[in-house]
Amino acid sequence: MAIIREMFKKNKKRYMTIPSEASKDVPEGLMTKCPECKSIVLTKDLMKCDKVCPDCGHHYKMTAYERVDCLFDDETFIPMDEGMKTVNPLGFPSYEEKVNADAEKTGLNEAVLTGIGEIDGQRTAVAIMDSHFRMGSMGSVVGEKITRAIEKATDEEIPFVIFTASGGARMQEGVLSLMQMAKTSVALSRHADRGLLFISVMTHPTTGGVSASFASVGDINLAEPKALIGFAGRRVIEQTVREKLPEDFQTAEFLMEHGQLDAVVHRSEMKKTLSTLIRFHTKEAR
Amino acid sequence: MVKPLPFEEPVIRLKEKIEELKNITDDAHVDMADEIRGLEERLQKLEADVYGNMTAWDRVQVARHPERPTTLDYIGYLFEDFIELHGDRAFGDDAAIVGGIASFGGTPVTVIGHQRGKDTKENIRRNFGMPHPEGYRKALRLMKQAEKFGRPIICFIDTKGAYPGKAAEERGQSEAIARNLVEMAGLRVPVISIVIGEGGSGGALGLGVANRIHMLENSTYSVISPEGAASILWKDAALAQQAAEAMKITAPDLKEMAIIDEVVPEVTGGAHRDAAGQAEAIREVIRSSMDSLCPMDADRIIEDRYRKFRDIGVYKEGKD
Repeated sequence: MAIIREMFKKNKKRYMTIPSEASKDVPEGLMTKCPECKSIVLTKDLMKCDKVCPDCGHHYKMTAYERVDCLFDDETFIPMDEGMKTVNPLGFPSYEEKVNADAEKTGLNEAVLTGIGEIDGQRTAVAIMDSHFRMGSMGSVVGEKITRAIEKATDEEIPFVIFTASGGARMQEGVLSLMQMAKTSVALSRHADRGLLFISVMTHPTTGGVSASFASVGDINLAEPKALIGFAGRRVIEQTVREKLPEDFQTAEFLMEHGQLDAVVHRSEMKKTLSTLIRFHTKEAR
Repeated sequence: MVKPLPFEEPVIRLKEKIEELKNITDDAHVDMADEIRGLEERLQKLEADVYGNMTAWDRVQVARHPERPTTLDYIGYLFEDFIELHGDRAFGDDAAIVGGIASFGGTPVTVIGHQRGKDTKENIRRNFGMPHPEGYRKALRLMKQAEKFGRPIICFIDTKGAYPGKAAEERGQSEAIARNLVEMAGLRVPVISIVIGEGGSGGALGLGVANRIHMLENSTYSVISPEGAASILWKDAALAQQAAEAMKITAPDLKEMAIIDEVVPEVTGGAHRDAAGQAEAIREVIRSSMDSLCPMDADRIIEDRYRKFRDIGVYKEGKD
């Protein structure tokens, strides 16, 4: 009897292999449903095309390590400062526990992965932010790691590329987080003084203090399609101006239209684009 | 009469009582000198107690006091021959940031600051001291001008934050602030920033990449307002008082974290009680900063600023 009742239960889960809405950007099931066009693809096919939906071109969020695989020549990437650890300077309850849990989940020590690798044989320093780690928010460790990557690039006289993905400053570290915006800026100023190239690639989402510092001041500013990029949150703006904002507000395309970006680059073209830009800025090319 | 803040009410009440007694003495020819003296002693103790033990929230309220002196007030007291310069040469003139050239004890300097209003009409014109991108771009234009002519730059920080609006986003609020951070890092002249009221997040930092950063005793500098922090961290904006405490946003907090150089003492009860007196304390700190910075050559000035920000951050080094 119980079995029959179970069979006719109305709210029975129907697609057992499809991940729920909540985990839509972490394809781990066999199949993945695109949050944009709702089409369903085999997860392994999705991974083959750099986590871009083959039907509508939706760019899924990527982890920092996935980006390393897409970007650098095989086995050339050497990470930096992987042992640096976040402390709890303001004594916020359970802050370190939350950071540790995300470290466990992502395999990163903080919300950015930094290091040096080769893009078509061209040595490049990189910082890749990962929004799976505390929303990619920037505290002392993120600021310090990025600063050291910039300084390494300055010392070696090589280009610096950053992939941003961040909700902004890390609340739990208060004004120390805010000051990371200034710290990374003084390092970038030195890098620029040496005539070195800095490319910023804004990915979904790039907002708040990260958008209002290094993300926006590349010699060349690129973005991935449809990425959310902005200073203030949409809800905050709607409350302030009391008007409905356009659908595409704060998307990469919106920024493009308003002259805030050099180009929107599809993920499949990213390595080629970066490689070409870097080649134009080598000493030999100049 | 300045409207008292909740935390200082006992002081104000006692002051009123003393006044009353004095009036009675005058009118009725009764000698109450002893009582008055006793009360005045009590007042002194009470003032020391109330103003000496201000909580973070008390300071937030003083920092936000509608009559707290603004950038233009201090410019009037501290400089001679101020000439205001307008516009970013690209879009418009943002009244939420003022700037210009003036003389500080005979030395030409560039002065820039956030500008609030003190009444509704002026606040609307000045957008409550919350700049749009053109404000930051005007500031940068004036800083580059100062650099060209070798003038020190003095910035007054007093904003709830950069304006979160549609037009601000369209014109690149993020880029305008970010550009200022990087460009200020490379300025070949001394930069001195003084937080005189609220130092709200990136909108404050856009005038804050300085060789010396000072804060008035009752000013704040933070990554987010206490209300914002409370609603993000605890989903309840009503917990702003606790957030003010937890976020460590007061001048003494920032001094302890070695982010700022000097805490400028305020006159009893806060700067709004005596703007001229407060300006003198600010004059001192500007003068001593200029004395240490002006003899440096351009490279040392840039290096000094780099060092200042390079070391900010708390973390643990570990094995890779």
